[in-house]
Amino acid sequence: MGLEEKLPSGVLLTTVEQVAGYARKGSLWPATFGLACCAIEMMAVGGPRYDIARFGMEVFRASPRQADLMIVAGRVSQKMAPVLRQIYDQMANPKWVLAMGVCASSGGMFNNYAILQGVDHVVPVDIYLPGCPPRPEMLIDAILKLHDEIQATKLGVNAIKAQDIQESLALTAPATLEMRGLLP
Amino acid sequence: MNTDLGVFGNDPWWIVVIKAIAIFVVLVLVTLFTIWWERRVVGRMQNRIGPNRVGPLGLLQSLMDGIKLALKEEIIPKSAYRAVYWLAPVISATMAFIAFAVIPFGPEVSILGVMTPLQLTDFPVSVLYVLAVASIGIYGIVLAGWSSGSTYPLLGGLRSSAQMISYELAMSMSFVAVFLYAGTMSTSGIVAAQEPIWYAIILLPSFLIYVTSMVGETNRAPFDLPEAEGELVGGFHTEYSSLKFALFFLAEYINMVTVSALATTLFLGGWRAPWPISLWEGANVGWWPLLWFLVKVQLFIFVFIWLRGTLPRLRYDQFMRFGWKVLIPVSLVWIVVVATARVIRNEFSIATEDILLWGAGLLVIVVIGGWILQWRSSRKEEQAEELAALTDDGPFDPMAGAFPVPPMPGQEFTYTSRVSQRPLAAATVTPAVTSGPSSTHLPDDDAPKESSNA
Ligand code: SF4
Repeated sequence: MGLEEKLPSGVLLTTVEQVAGYARKGSLWPATFGLACCAIEMMAVGGPRYDIARFGMEVFRASPRQADLMIVAGRVSQKMAPVLRQIYDQMANPKWVLAMGVCASSGGMFNNYAILQGVDHVVPVDIYLPGCPPRPEMLIDAILKLHDEIQATKLGVNAIKAQDIQESLALTAPATLEMRGLLP
Repeated sequence: MNTDLGVFGNDPWWIVVIKAIAIFVVLVLVTLFTIWWERRVVGRMQNRIGPNRVGPLGLLQSLMDGIKLALKEEIIPKSAYRAVYWLAPVISATMAFIAFAVIPFGPEVSILGVMTPLQLTDFPVSVLYVLAVASIGIYGIVLAGWSSGSTYPLLGGLRSSAQMISYELAMSMSFVAVFLYAGTMSTSGIVAAQEPIWYAIILLPSFLIYVTSMVGETNRAPFDLPEAEGELVGGFHTEYSSLKFALFFLAEYINMVTVSALATTLFLGGWRAPWPISLWEGANVGWWPLLWFLVKVQLFIFVFIWLRGTLPRLRYDQFMRFGWKVLIPVSLVWIVVVATARVIRNEFSIATEDILLWGAGLLVIVVIGGWILQWRSSRKEEQAEELAALTDDGPFDPMAGAFPVPPMPGQEFTYTSRVSQRPLAAATVTPAVTSGPSSTHLPDDDAPKESSNA
């Protein structure tokens, strides 16, 4: 509703943050949106063996207005990119994007003119899931990590503070070129 | 029977307030529980576990859904008609709530020393009131579809209104037999009239028609055409997000509870205890009946969930044909039978009720059986016609529609134009290709044989 963003900083805000995070991660409704082979694994996650319903996520919404999470499951062609962006725009805030599979994350093996080299060219991605295709367990793992992130999301003034901290960290972070040894 | 209504309308104002709030709270709680219950039961039916992360056994799942929806951004499309767009979910939800005012939860009990029936109010035509309120609820859906300023909601809204109006007809007609037997339209009177025997038993056809039409009336599977994702995205609520969508969701589930409660009241003896328990004297006094009532309502809700977990969705024309050509005629015939039986009993008092009911049952069976026979024979004729039409127009040409298709039953496959050109093409092919394991040449060898057979 937007009211929760206007609370003053303090115990009230952090409590609301906790409750909102818990509710949002407890009922993260994905949009019905499959693009390629990865979508088959996404469907398997809804089946009895993996059962995403345990996290209250079996409610795949047909209308993006009611969805919270867009699982980009598969390669995005140049022609699909505007459609994908439109669906993202139609979703109501707060919304999250999960890039599933190497194709959605970076273009993967399809290094050609027809395929978008990573869906982060058109929408902001919250979590990348590698693999070709990632197994349903990996998708569940990514979703659980996203849940943690959602639980830790800040609201209102705290969100602005968190953004500032992140920005200052990013400014001082070493470039990949300057990194030495094993990657973290 | 109308003298019974004397107990209503004499409550002090604070009792009325308590009852109204209690109904509101019970409905919200039942809705929250039903959503969780549905997801768990459907999960079990599909060999899954279902929501189990939020709260014990996942019981808080629907509450979390509600909080999350409330915290979501509210989107109003630019082309939406704002006032109506805002009003539509409110109409739906309020109508769903107020329909419950006349449902009897139990007999007279004492609340803080005041003797009062467990029912907000009642009047001589309260079943008609429920029907009227349910019809107003349909406005919410139509207006939501229309005011969204988008194609899919409009189509979904039209579809649900057409569906609900047609099934409401069959539903109200199934009530007529109950009215004839009970001699009253007040819910408490109908419950009282069922003391000797439930109407679900003596008016079985009405009960079956009602149970069928109540599924259609609430837009639930297998009649959930307005929410067919493959055709209409989300139906009338496609453009709704946040709390307004939650209101529609709430209204849908409360409607489910309302029709179940109405079924309980009209056919399953309302709050009266079922047979083995009714032998106990204390079963129908005090607060116990509330339990029987809720259990019976839950039974119906379970049937709803069961249907959803079992049946695929009907096609729109099948669904409409079923409503208009089966449910409504059958209920009309049944009403005539019941009315005749009542008149004969009242006028002549020669035959006992049971004998007439047996006769009536026989008549219904004859009607339904005749209808099924006719339907089957007409279908056979249609099939024969189709087959004749297929086989009649000349030899089968797989390339008639510009791309090759397999033959239909009754059609004979013969090699035609495309294959007959093959030898020409094959003549130009070099020997190097023919010596390879090429499959392109097999038809050439077969073609003359096939055509000579034909
Ligand atoms: S990552 Fe692999 S499985 Fe997934 S869409 Fe790309 S090619 Fe298909």
